[in-house]
Amino acid sequence: MSVSDRPQAWNPADPRSRPNREQVLAGLRGTDAGGPELVQLLTPEGERVSDPRFDAYADDVDVEALTSLYRDMVLVRRADREGNALQRQGQLGIWVPLLGQEAAQIGAGRALLPTDMVFPSYREHGVAWCRGIDPTDLLGIFRGTDHGSWDPLEKRFHLYTIVIGNQCLNATGYAMGQRFEGRVGNGDGAPEGSPDEATMCFFGDGATSQGDVHEGFVWAAAYDAPVVFYCQNNQWAISVPLSRQTRVPLHERARGYGFPGVRVDGNDVIACLAVSRWALEECRSGNGPVLIEAFTYRMDAHTTSDDPSRYRLADELELWKLKDPIERVRVNLVREHGVGQEFFDGVAAEADELAARLREFCLAMPEPAPDRMFSEVYAEPSPLVEAQREEFLAYHASFADEPLAGSGVGAEGEV
Amino acid sequence: MAVLTMAKALNDGLRKAMEADPRVLVMGEDVGKLGGVFRITDGLQKDFGEQRVLDTPLSESGIIGTAVGLAIRGFRPVCEIQFDGFVFPGYDQIVSQLAKVHFRSQGKVPMPVVVRIPFGGGIGAVEHHSESPESLFAHVAGLKVVACSNPSDAYWMIQQAIATDDPVIFFEPKRRYWEKAEVDPDATPPPLLRSRVLREGTDVTVATYGPLVRTCLDASVAAAADGTSLEVIDLRALSPLDLAPVYDSVRRTGRLVVVSEAPSESSVTAEVAARVQQDCFHSLEAPVLRVTGFDTPYPPSKCEDDYLPDLDRVLDAVDRSKAW
Repeated sequence: MSVSDRPQAWNPADPRSRPNREQVLAGLRGTDAGGPELVQLLTPEGERVSDPRFDAYADDVDVEALTSLYRDMVLVRRADREGNALQRQGQLGIWVPLLGQEAAQIGAGRALLPTDMVFPSYREHGVAWCRGIDPTDLLGIFRGTDHGSWDPLEKRFHLYTIVIGNQCLNATGYAMGQRFEGRVGNGDGAPEGSPDEATMCFFGDGATSQGDVHEGFVWAAAYDAPVVFYCQNNQWAISVPLSRQTRVPLHERARGYGFPGVRVDGNDVIACLAVSRWALEECRSGNGPVLIEAFTYRMDAHTTSDDPSRYRLADELELWKLKDPIERVRVNLVREHGVGQEFFDGVAAEADELAARLREFCLAMPEPAPDRMFSEVYAEPSPLVEAQREEFLAYHASFADEPLAGSGVGAEGEV
Repeated sequence: MAVLTMAKALNDGLRKAMEADPRVLVMGEDVGKLGGVFRITDGLQKDFGEQRVLDTPLSESGIIGTAVGLAIRGFRPVCEIQFDGFVFPGYDQIVSQLAKVHFRSQGKVPMPVVVRIPFGGGIGAVEHHSESPESLFAHVAGLKVVACSNPSDAYWMIQQAIATDDPVIFFEPKRRYWEKAEVDPDATPPPLLRSRVLREGTDVTVATYGPLVRTCLDASVAAAADGTSLEVIDLRALSPLDLAPVYDSVRRTGRLVVVSEAPSESSVTAEVAARVQQDCFHSLEAPVLRVTGFDTPYPPSKCEDDYLPDLDRVLDAVDRSKAW
């Protein structure tokens, strides 16, 4: 019995209506099964299946579209593995792997229109890819040369937010602004040519315990904000399983805030695309917000500093490997569309080229200027910070005989 | 020229800012129909509509967090925190996002957000309604922190804060809301981040801000009757501090008393004392003395007259400085 099977109305006069301890625990235990409410359009075995609620949102996913989604997922996985390797070789301070969450991110990312806005957490390398942010642009965060190098307004992809859940309120505020500007509910439902916009906010299962996520739900509902809350439930918040965060399946929480919640197979790129398209259209047309729970699995560690062997069993990973988001697309392309090996070899070669480019870029990244930290603290410069910059540069210049690594400031004393 | 309460001056200043820029929004708890618990936003929703004056959910992290998102979208939100002691649910968003987005984005995303906080004690309130948390914000890089002390400054400083492309934490001395003074809407105001000499004197410099500016001016009158000339400086900007006028003054008087309601440890007054001893070391005739609230939680209101620096405690410190 899962928690969701419990009687909805508990009867205080009837003790039998209360779940016993075993039933509660059974409902909470870590599982690889998303339950009957899981939206799925492509099975782990690679079979395309129907879900009448969402079929219309994936009608156009033909072999060409599916090969494109496959390519996206293979490339971001390869970039992710290279990031991991670069950390292991000392080139990055840390890496945050997305392994296993490619479908959840590419499906959502490819549902977005250029005019939509995105607020990521810090694992959304796949969504960043879909927003036209090159994987090399992510490296600075993890190498320690910047906190994010892309233009969030131009890319419509905010900088990574590391404090868990903060971005849910920021996304809601942005979406309130979209509504205040009249960018909601103008179109006829067709996204092409419509001036309507939506915002998509990414967070994890652990974040759902943060007040900011709950407040984001409250505010988005209060202001009918066009925001899709996209929760990648990867089952683990570092070492803590989902059962420590919630008694009910996460998507069910939306009902308490007064908007729809859908659980989608987060390892099914077609379903993620379809459900995201639906949710974004709901928001653009004025029926937001929407919560999506992408039911997936973090196949690697939380970060390169983490050691999952301390808190979870290897057989859990083996179960999820059978649901691999990329493999099921490959099987479908071969079996249902007769796609040949040449295509897969081509994508693999392209992935290796991307990895090589990422590595080459990483090794050539310049160190930030020594006084970088004094720049852009304020839009209107602070005399205190500027005075500290001057003092710091004078201090540095006093070491005129010792060149500063990679700084352009050094022996010649060009300060 | 009009004689206004500080509350009305702030209201007029907000109105002017909203008229000047349609991207300016006012948001907070009860700021719409009610006009705010102190009526600072009285009438604004009626005139500017519910989309520019937002009665928000009761959620301080939500107020700041959505203001950050609205600012990313290009709006200029002015957030009201109902009371000083209620700001802390929003402190995470202020420190982690509001203060850092401009730096994180290497200047690509400005954060023109004003957070208005009525602060300080002396109103006989229950717990969490009388605190002076300004040092907790002055310590955060990326924020600008100011405090107004009189109606004219309130009128100008709120407009200047809203026009600033950086986040400004704007402290309003709530026990001075109903004191009146002249406000000249045709005057040319000093820049936002400048301290001001309000009374010139020769014996001891007194630097303060917010609610105790009035107290220190009163002390200077009392001291003058005893033959002691105080120079009173309203700091106005708490981060970054504008200490040049303080240095100039201390180089003449050789003595400084810094006055604030906030607890003393690691505070704005501590920063002023440290900087003055660094820059005016050879001019000082006495150690920099401080008159502050105590390093206790804000006490029950029957004790607050003993907690809050008053005219006598200021004069006591002046006497100790002179006697050094």
